[in-house]
Amino acid sequence: MSITIAKSLDLKGLSCPLPIIKTAKAMKELAPGQLLEAFATDPGSVSDFKAWAQTTRNPLVESSQDGGVFHFVLKKKEI
Amino acid sequence: MSIDTIQKPPIGQPVEQIAEKKPETAEKLVIFAWSGELDKVWPTLILATTGAAMGKETTVFFTFWGLFPLVKNQVRITGENWMQKMLSMMNRGGDEHLKLSKMNFAGAGPAMMNHLAKEHHVASPHELMEVAKEMGVHLIPCQMTMDMMGLKREDLIDGLEEPAGATKALADAQGAITLFI
Repeated sequence: MSITIAKSLDLKGLSCPLPIIKTAKAMKELAPGQLLEAFATDPGSVSDFKAWAQTTRNPLVESSQDGGVFHFVLKKKEI
Repeated sequence: MSIDTIQKPPIGQPVEQIAEKKPETAEKLVIFAWSGELDKVWPTLILATTGAAMGKETTVFFTFWGLFPLVKNQVRITGENWMQKMLSMMNRGGDEHLKLSKMNFAGAGPAMMNHLAKEHHVASPHELMEVAKEMGVHLIPCQMTMDMMGLKREDLIDGLEEPAGATKALADAQGAITLFI
């Protein structure tokens, strides 16, 4: 089974709080169960994405790093 | 409380699982924005927009010096009597005219700070104010300070909620994370 990403966000170069604000806005557009991926370069975004996922209960299914770019995949929570 | 009423973990349930139970997260964030300086207005707006992004009902109650960043950038002199007018002359309002609380150097400090912010793609207070409105953050000016400082509703930016008092602010703050900046 292949994983389909419903939306991809390029947040490279942006600083706090913009990556989370743009992600929160984009997540609103998604249907429950859909996936959103985001690419960021702000090192603070690693803990911010984790904290955002925990408090909003949208699971962070992937958090990885490739060079200076951080890759996150969030799953929109089921209501 | 007697020792007998202290709940013991049921046998067979791991202790860590019980310890992991966290208190419920607050659904609201209320910030009392008392300061008018760039280095305090900035974190106020960063926290407000982030709170909204985290799904919290977010309110910023602007009072005292905190009201001046809400003055329209093009409005120069506010107030009716000479004291209120003098106040606005000495303390220009607007989110594009904010001073630093230290190292202001007659405006050179904020100019350098804004330059650095642009270089690092940090949203300015003006941009964050727009984001806050767009995200439904409740921006409430303090009525009493407006009257005292001579600030009229038309001197302030659009997108604010009805001016209110301390009771409204404290009522909103019930059960919320509260910050005084």
